[in-house]
Amino acid sequence: MKLHEYQAKELLARFGVPVPAGKVAFTPEEAKAIAVSVGKMTVIKAQVHVGGRGKAGGVKLAKDANEAFDRASDILGMDIKGLTVKKVLVAEAVDIAKEYYCGLIVDRNVQSYTLMVSKEGGVDIEEVAANNPDAITRFAIDPIRGLRPFEAREVALKAGLEGNINKIASMMVGLWNTCVGVDASLAEINPLVVTTAGDIIAADAKIDLDDNALSRHPELMAYRELEAEHPLEVEASAFGFAYVKLDGYIGVIGNGAGLVMTSLDVVARVGGKAANFLDIGGGAKADIVYNAVKLVLKDPDVKGVLINIFGGITRADEVAKGVIRCLEEGILTKPVAMRVAGTAVEEAHVLLEGKPINIYPTMMQAATSLVNEVNAAGGKA
Amino acid sequence: MSILVNKETRVLVQGITGREGAFHTEKMLEYGTKIVAGSTPGKGGQVVQGIPVYNSVTEARAKHEIDASIIFVPPAAAPDATLEAAHAGVPLIINIAEGMPVLDMMRVVKEIKSLPGVRLIGGNCPGLITPGECKLGIMPASTFKAGRVGMISRSGTLTYEASAMLAAAGIGCSTVVGIGGDPIIGTTFIDLLPMFNEDPDTDAVVMIGEIGGADEEMAAEWISKHMKKPVIAFISGRTAPKGKRMGHAGALIMGNVGTAESKLEAMAKANVPVADTMDQIVELTKKTLGL
Repeated sequence: MKLHEYQAKELLARFGVPVPAGKVAFTPEEAKAIAVSVGKMTVIKAQVHVGGRGKAGGVKLAKDANEAFDRASDILGMDIKGLTVKKVLVAEAVDIAKEYYCGLIVDRNVQSYTLMVSKEGGVDIEEVAANNPDAITRFAIDPIRGLRPFEAREVALKAGLEGNINKIASMMVGLWNTCVGVDASLAEINPLVVTTAGDIIAADAKIDLDDNALSRHPELMAYRELEAEHPLEVEASAFGFAYVKLDGYIGVIGNGAGLVMTSLDVVARVGGKAANFLDIGGGAKADIVYNAVKLVLKDPDVKGVLINIFGGITRADEVAKGVIRCLEEGILTKPVAMRVAGTAVEEAHVLLEGKPINIYPTMMQAATSLVNEVNAAGGKA
Repeated sequence: MSILVNKETRVLVQGITGREGAFHTEKMLEYGTKIVAGSTPGKGGQVVQGIPVYNSVTEARAKHEIDASIIFVPPAAAPDATLEAAHAGVPLIINIAEGMPVLDMMRVVKEIKSLPGVRLIGGNCPGLITPGECKLGIMPASTFKAGRVGMISRSGTLTYEASAMLAAAGIGCSTVVGIGGDPIIGTTFIDLLPMFNEDPDTDAVVMIGEIGGADEEMAAEWISKHMKKPVIAFISGRTAPKGKRMGHAGALIMGNVGTAESKLEAMAKANVPVADTMDQIVELTKKTLGL
């Protein structure tokens, strides 16, 4: 789960990391009131789950409360990369002497979190990693012992950071404590600012939470914004499906993440483009398949559906029953191609006999036939 | 004749009294897996499928020789169950749980590395199978045929798919290991490739990778330096977008790390043939083995 900057800063502050005074506002009036209480120059920042807010005009300075009102009016309702800005962070503007980067990522290569530190702060770290990888100092943290202050100091020195090294290291340890305290899969302070007065402050922050650990942080569920997620993704998560909305036009349903990923690849290979990823999981019964097909067909982008099931624990006849129910209820308004193999495939064939559903022995055949049919009908456009 | 498990492997089932544990114990016994004991805290003294149940792994170990354990407990408890087995000295632990917190698994994997002689497979995996001898997992038995091809895979269903396709072509497998779809796993390609390399009953290895991380790149490097046997690769998720988790927690391209292009490039550099489709896995395997 991705958090907004203001939410990430709330969590950092809870773990003792200094952040600029500020609060989230939903209206220009609220923004003005916050600016009054801050009592200094503020920065008004759009809170949307997308990078590059600054370039898109979603970050503006305001020298007083009236300007905060005006800038918040400008930014609220703005469209940034397809997302409407519904709230802004109004925070004390900081006097920047130096901007650094400090982040923690789940790093499978070291089977732990890697601390990344760079003098090149305030810019997209992925660009730094691509263009100037030597500008990033990396340190694999022992996940049991955690990040110790001396280690943080060593990394900061190695990265060439200048300023109060104890305070900088302390911020890194604070970031680590936040990261493990809330079970983050990504935690970044960017920029970590050294102010002209020599203070160290987290001027911007980003936290992604580990969805697998949310059950032990029930208080963090309040941060979830269903309206910010794709409505079909919300519905799918209620069914327990792994569903990802994609930008093509062929609905894809399968059992097992690897098989569904491969189905997307096959659809592309035969000249189509997947509209979604949907994994129904192992051992699915007819009602689960029914719900999956119904969900995928709710997507107006979908012009045809590929169902790719390898019957192991999942029985092909259960899959057939689910699809037949969709047919009987008149939900199957688009072409469907099914590939079923494995357990109870003969029974599935018997059930589907005479039904207007094409069933194929391989995923390549199913995908080819479906994509050709949909493309011929102008589905691609 | 195989790696890691064979018909002599004596197995403990942790969480044997649960629905999944009891179901798969039955399936594994049907296959011929030598299950000797089960454990569930508080259920010691019960009998499930004719198998005695103990309160802890340590209690079970006191009464039985145990070579491997498979864990059927919910994801919130599975990391702890894994450490319980590791500290009781079980040499091979299979963790199939999906949905464990990543921090827990980092700590578990780190701790297990400090315990010599203990290997963890998973989590979020189907387990492993030496066809005809020992099924230590949740895979459907019917798709696997005994033979001389080793298989390592990050995906469960693709393992079944590839094994079934090979079997249909008359090609069997020595041992098939599902290493799991999580970002932090106990055993990866480069842990298993050396074992297959030394196994006299394995002639070639099929490795099924996917987007996310750099395990395939590391495997390619190892193969180019040390592998004496042919390897055939398949990479899933070539068309997956960046920054989106594709079902598996570990199937995620972050920035420029974990892309299919990078993996394909690494395989090409190591002269490992890559199947573009699942069907090609069979063709390439046949060609490699001169069939």
